[in-house]
Amino acid sequence: MAANIKKSRDIHSLSPFMNIVFNVIAAMFSLVCVFPFAFVVILSFTDEKSLAQHGYRLIPEKWSTYAYEYMFQNGAQLLQSYGVTITVTVVGTLLSVMIIALYAYGISRSSFKYRGFFSFLALFTMLFNGGLVPTFIVVTQVLHLKDTIWALILPMMMNAFNIMIMRTFFKSLPDGIIESAKIDGATEFQIFRKVVLPLSLPGLATIGLFCTLAYWNDWFNALLYIDNPNLVPLQSMLMRIESSMSFILQNSNTSGLGSLAASLPQETSRMAMVVLATGPIVLAYPFFQRFFIQGLTVGSLKE
Amino acid sequence: MHRVSHFFKDLHKNLPILLMVLPGAIGFILFSYLPMGGTLLSFKQYRYNGEGFISSFLSSDWVGLRNFKFLFGTNDAYIITRNTLLYNAAFIILGTFAAIAMAILLSEIVNKRLSKLYQTGMFLPHFMSYVIVGFFVYSFLNMDKGLLNSILERFDLQTVSWYTTPKYWPYILTLTNLWKTIGYSSVVYLAAITGFDRSLYEAAMIDGASKWRQIRNITLPLLKPLIIIMTLLAVGRIFYADFGLFYNIPRDSGALYPVTNVIDTYVYRGLKTTGEMGMTAAAGLYQSIVGFILVVTSNYVVRRIDKDSSLF
Repeated sequence: MAANIKKSRDIHSLSPFMNIVFNVIAAMFSLVCVFPFAFVVILSFTDEKSLAQHGYRLIPEKWSTYAYEYMFQNGAQLLQSYGVTITVTVVGTLLSVMIIALYAYGISRSSFKYRGFFSFLALFTMLFNGGLVPTFIVVTQVLHLKDTIWALILPMMMNAFNIMIMRTFFKSLPDGIIESAKIDGATEFQIFRKVVLPLSLPGLATIGLFCTLAYWNDWFNALLYIDNPNLVPLQSMLMRIESSMSFILQNSNTSGLGSLAASLPQETSRMAMVVLATGPIVLAYPFFQRFFIQGLTVGSLKE
Repeated sequence: MHRVSHFFKDLHKNLPILLMVLPGAIGFILFSYLPMGGTLLSFKQYRYNGEGFISSFLSSDWVGLRNFKFLFGTNDAYIITRNTLLYNAAFIILGTFAAIAMAILLSEIVNKRLSKLYQTGMFLPHFMSYVIVGFFVYSFLNMDKGLLNSILERFDLQTVSWYTTPKYWPYILTLTNLWKTIGYSSVVYLAAITGFDRSLYEAAMIDGASKWRQIRNITLPLLKPLIIIMTLLAVGRIFYADFGLFYNIPRDSGALYPVTNVIDTYVYRGLKTTGEMGMTAAAGLYQSIVGFILVVTSNYVVRRIDKDSSLF
């Protein structure tokens, strides 16, 4: 029996040598993917002076948590930006998932007379778009969303790709359940809310994750539409970090202590901000990675 | 008359679902279709008249194709088109090879737990925005403190001012793109490989086929349709560059524009700095139209190969 198992194992697997080679290659690339993040974490825990003297080191001469202490004591902008990012992510994801689910459900129903038209309305946005300049003008000068939080939410709300994923999902539900709910006298909204949605949680979770990640990582809309520092999300704050550092410097100079400015951890706080902005994603992603892979493979787009 | 009443009857019957798709339809109209109408701007000599955009738009003169003539009269049009196409072509070719190789590697590793662990590591870059990746790259290439220059120094080699030396950037950008995308795309191929019928491999093994021959004669031929489709879909988007990659990674360094300027960054800079609305809109429309033709063509080809994989 044991010999049998061993034999079948041999048949199915690589030679031990090639297995080691494959493992080494995959492990190396995997490390290369994780390394920059680990490096930035190390830099954020490096003592500012030793960093200035010796440059970025894998093993710093002197460790320090000063950058984080400093950020937590003086990082009003950081907190503000966290607030903006969390608000935009939560509101945006809820709104987007709700509206996309409704839309996708509508065009998935074969009894809906105008489904061809509305399918096309969504699909065509994947093929052709007005481009940056007209979009910018519509958002700022027709809808007047510049420097409002809606400029960070609404332009990303509709997404034809997510609609196609949800439509495929709704189509896979058995027709019978909708018909029998109808016979029981349920209205279309009741059917959607009480019958269809509870069965669609995996699909909703998948597009919900896509939306969450897109909103959390978005900086482009802020780059275009936001000047007010109170509305700058995390990612965008990191882009503006040179100026936000000098902003912090200026504010601490008002106390008249020139020596304080010299002790400001500039390089290391920058890295600490990167760590704080990505931390939630890095900690959470091993758990939701599975849904991503599901979404990739299940979401094959076809009527 | 009969027709009209018929229409209202239909409308009434479909009203609940019409109401469901309405919010989404409004979203598409405001943020996708209104801007499409705005592309008319590229046929105008836009002048701001102080009374808001719509009034300025209406009062501006039509100039036909002058904005386009002007755009293609400059050297810029050639450079941004060349950069966009060449970079994307490199990303498609190298990215496809690397992703397939990595997927096969991961599928063959005996210890499935380790294989999963490697996958999790490779997937990480996909979750990082290009702003963050920009910081990563900066920690390597920073002039006086970066890791790469300290290594060069240690070996007594000349250090490089990376952010002002264009010749290295085609490689830096390609490597960054591959680093960020291989993990994700290899998962797509891996999902396909794990779905293949195992009995094919068993039959091959009974016939004494080596692992290499199995990969060459079973795995790759079975992957072929997927490879073709993924590639064609990517080719359909070859006219669109990843703005984040080309804007954030070079830190918007002017010295690097000749090798980092692509259509998307050109349009953005035109909008933000030059204020040449008409010509910038023309560059955007040029991208949209060529992009449209490419997507429709590639999708048509995909449809001929495998109906289920096409976008429409």
